[in-house]
Amino acid sequence: MDAILQQFFNVDIMVQAAPLVFRGLGMTLLVCAAVVPLGLAGGLMVALAGRARSRGVRFIVALMIDVFRAVPPLVLLIFIYAGLPFAGLRLSPFASVCVAFFLNNSAYYGEIYRAGLDSVGAGQREAARSTGLTAWQAMAYVVIPQAVRNVLPDLVSNTVEVVKLTSLASVVALPEMLYSADMARSLTYNSSPIVLAALVYLVLLWPAVRLTSRLEHRLGG
Amino acid sequence: MDNRTLFIDTFFKPELIVRYLPDILKGMLVTIEIAVLVVVAGISLGLALTVVRSLGSRLFNVLIVVFVDVARALPPLVLVLIVYFGLPNVGILLPSYAVLWLVLSLVLAAFAEEIFWAGILSVRKGQWEAARSTGLTYSQALLHVILPQAVRLTVPPLTNRTIAITKNTALGTVIGVPEILNQATTAESFSFNATPLMMGAIAYLVLFVPVVIAGRYIETRFAWRRA
Repeated sequence: MDAILQQFFNVDIMVQAAPLVFRGLGMTLLVCAAVVPLGLAGGLMVALAGRARSRGVRFIVALMIDVFRAVPPLVLLIFIYAGLPFAGLRLSPFASVCVAFFLNNSAYYGEIYRAGLDSVGAGQREAARSTGLTAWQAMAYVVIPQAVRNVLPDLVSNTVEVVKLTSLASVVALPEMLYSADMARSLTYNSSPIVLAALVYLVLLWPAVRLTSRLEHRLGG
Repeated sequence: MDNRTLFIDTFFKPELIVRYLPDILKGMLVTIEIAVLVVVAGISLGLALTVVRSLGSRLFNVLIVVFVDVARALPPLVLVLIVYFGLPNVGILLPSYAVLWLVLSLVLAAFAEEIFWAGILSVRKGQWEAARSTGLTYSQALLHVILPQAVRLTVPPLTNRTIAITKNTALGTVIGVPEILNQATTAESFSFNATPLMMGAIAYLVLFVPVVIAGRYIETRFAWRRA
């Protein structure tokens, strides 16, 4: 028991590691501030392109969604960070993370928006058009707001996943929270810094997790 | 060298494809093995937890909700690192693939419990009452009336979540599990060429595109149709 406390909940080591871990938290938040909006915007574009009149566009969108849903985000990230330099395209860790997660998240958010757009009855669009709104206005002011409201639980729970995903950036040496905590771990030979990082993730994400499970309990409601 | 040969030399160099194909295939086998074991263990444990939760014991319910929330809030890579580097220091030695299997199974169990429970809650109370009033026991009602309805609602989200979590087998590369990504990055650093990474990415496509498409099919097949 004592060994477990020493190894995982060593307060002295946590205090020592705290400045490093919290600096990492700053980077984690910065990454989130970049990838969440990018993903939300990209996903909306994907969902709208998936409804294009052109069959070719729809096919390409469906293909890209499947590809980026099939490739693990870590594989995509390492491919961009470590593979593209061979082709002369060298991206910083931060840029690699942004590009990889933009591609991955757009596919996931795109699927959610698609379900949302499908859930809005055609009559809504037709009514909006008949009042004289243009197609884009009908989309932006009538259909999308209802679509987003219908899939809000999924958007929230996917955003939790995106925040968790940012921990992968540690693999390409971006000094975000997990990277910093792992550095502290390797210096102290003790897991407490990572447990500290885990506690910070818990504080950040637990409210959102509670919220989504509350919303999801009305599944099919 | 023109652009086309440069592209092929960087990402599809034939001699490297031949040299590293066996490694990538070995990695695929490891990925499949761990993924299958994770799905089996994760969903069974999730189902078991749901059954325990349906019994309505306060203590167990609090423990289950805490477990589920923690497993859902923490990035899996954080859990992998805690277990992999922490346990040896308290005298528990697990091989890296066991660590990966354990962590991903627990995470999947948490999500599965949450989804199953939501499915059960979504079956209207009258269904329980009607089933019990016809003389079915608690477990008969659960098995023959509630679960068949709940499963319909849970299959699409469960499929999506299961796919997402089995893809996390790629995290094993960080602790040296010789799965696809690990084989690919090792080969990349030996050959100093991006071809193995491309092969790794394609290996994932080969494994997971059919799964993603099957998931999409299941989603429409099980869609809840309401009058």
